[in-house]
Amino acid sequence: MALRMALRSISANKMRSMLTMLGIIIGVFSLVVLVSLVSSTTNSITDQVSGLGSSLITVSVSDSRGRPIHLEDLEDWIDSEEAISAMSPAASAMVQGRCGEKSALFTLNGVTGDYAEISGLKLLHGRFLKRSDLLSATRVCVLDRQSAETLVGYDDCVGAVISLGGNRFTVVGVTESEESLASFFNMSLTAYLPFSTLYRTTDSVSAEITAFTVGPAEGFTVAAAESRMKELLLERFGDEDACRISSQNIFEDAMKNVTSVLTILLGGIAAISLIVGGVGIMNIMLVTVTERTREIGIRKAIGASRRTILVQFLIEAVVLCMLGCALGVFFSWAVLRLASLIVVSMESLRFRLEPSVVILSAAFCFAIGVIFGLYPANKAARMKPIDALHYGG
Amino acid sequence: MIELRDVSKIYQIGDERVRALDHANLHIAAHEFVSVIGPSGSGKSTLMNIIGCLDTADAGEYLLDGTRIEDYSETQLARVRNRKIGFVFQNFNLIPKLSAAENVELPLIYQGVRRGERARRVAEALERVGLEKRSSHLPTELSGGQQQRVAIARALVTRPSLVLADEPTGNLDSHTSREIMQLFAEMHEQGNTIVLITHDSDVARQAKRVVHILDGKLTEVSA
Repeated sequence: MALRMALRSISANKMRSMLTMLGIIIGVFSLVVLVSLVSSTTNSITDQVSGLGSSLITVSVSDSRGRPIHLEDLEDWIDSEEAISAMSPAASAMVQGRCGEKSALFTLNGVTGDYAEISGLKLLHGRFLKRSDLLSATRVCVLDRQSAETLVGYDDCVGAVISLGGNRFTVVGVTESEESLASFFNMSLTAYLPFSTLYRTTDSVSAEITAFTVGPAEGFTVAAAESRMKELLLERFGDEDACRISSQNIFEDAMKNVTSVLTILLGGIAAISLIVGGVGIMNIMLVTVTERTREIGIRKAIGASRRTILVQFLIEAVVLCMLGCALGVFFSWAVLRLASLIVVSMESLRFRLEPSVVILSAAFCFAIGVIFGLYPANKAARMKPIDALHYGG
Repeated sequence: MIELRDVSKIYQIGDERVRALDHANLHIAAHEFVSVIGPSGSGKSTLMNIIGCLDTADAGEYLLDGTRIEDYSETQLARVRNRKIGFVFQNFNLIPKLSAAENVELPLIYQGVRRGERARRVAEALERVGLEKRSSHLPTELSGGQQQRVAIARALVTRPSLVLADEPTGNLDSHTSREIMQLFAEMHEQGNTIVLITHDSDVARQAKRVVHILDGKLTEVSA
């Protein structure tokens, strides 16, 4: 009933109501659009970034307590744990690599066949390492595209024989270059060897695995695999400090930081414009109360209590705000749709209404309606019936 | 029904103290039709405001249906106005945005009467003032006499103990005035208590009892 009265008095003065709501509409519009834009853009960047080994869980063992981890242990874990489907040691050594006349500094990564899956390496030519390579410690290696082109001279160099640290290796596959922060700063070239081959040919790497990576099985989250891994390691070493386990993704974390700062900043600016809109509501409600002094007097004379009048004007202010909010959300939706159509060429970029910010702005508008409506409504409620009745006539 | 005992009301206008009501005593029994007559500035409106619980007295006692009004809070006064008093004003005082039926419905909404019951009683009240066919008209679409009928319907719809009319014919032509006064006479016959405030002795004479007011003092004039 009170709601119907409010809608009625708002529609009785459409032009003024519209202008009053404009502040709220613009405020909501900027809040929703800005936050949605930031979050949509971030999502699409995050999608691209998360290809960079984001499901990687890294374990580094600092103190093996006389029970060092060997390749067989990793294999056992893969077989026994359903949350874990891929594991690979992470050991590396720097050696000089040669092919014909050319030579370059190489980082040899001792890994298993699972490494390609865990870190999302894409194979270009040939094959990646196999289990048999690890079992018999064969002298094979997989190069990434950059090292193949630099050392051998062309990327499709499967079958080529190169020298790494004085040992001859046959190239069995070529992968896409790994885009990681580590490879970005590393000036050396990259080759992947079976872990067993690496520790046999290099002095600096032993058969004891001190660092390895873990990939979660399908249907399991990174967090689930990580917590299971933690249990396994605690069981083995009996001490949480014996090793460190992490699934951090530098890119994602950095992105999250930037986004939250940006969201707060833009959201704050938009919130200020919403407050300005609220002041507009208060202003017009004060005018309305003065204009309707007589009506208030009549209502009070026939028995409306202070509370009834207060609620009536408060509802009017809140309805005004919520209507403005709804219109603002509608315009935001329209503009975001339009923006999506315009940038349709960038497939990964989809602008969509962020539901959380819609809910947030609705709550904010409600609060503004109540806060800025309270003063005029209270002013109306406190009017004395005789004064109000004799006002202007 | 209505008992005023030594009621005084003083207004401060600038440096001057105006005694709008000066130890006024008045007793009105149920089912009476009383008119209060006096020139402008005599304290008529003040009397009406106090009887109508729109204002409270500075001194003295006012009992309505045996209860002291002075002790009431504003919320309680609103309740009394809503349930016990029906107002009819000189300038009708209808809410312009609401239709005739909605204007009549308003006091029932404040009473918390259910929708179905409201519709029934609104129709009944409008029928009583002969406006059942105009229920959806806005006040601006009605003549002065019709507007006053709507106001009377609004006053009657709550079945009040007292109908309080302040110059109900003041804004109407003589023909329409007679119709409205006829309506008041009918209401009185049907058992309503009516207090009518006016400056017009012709109007006042239609009541069974006339009270004269001058400078805030009340004197009985036998009818």
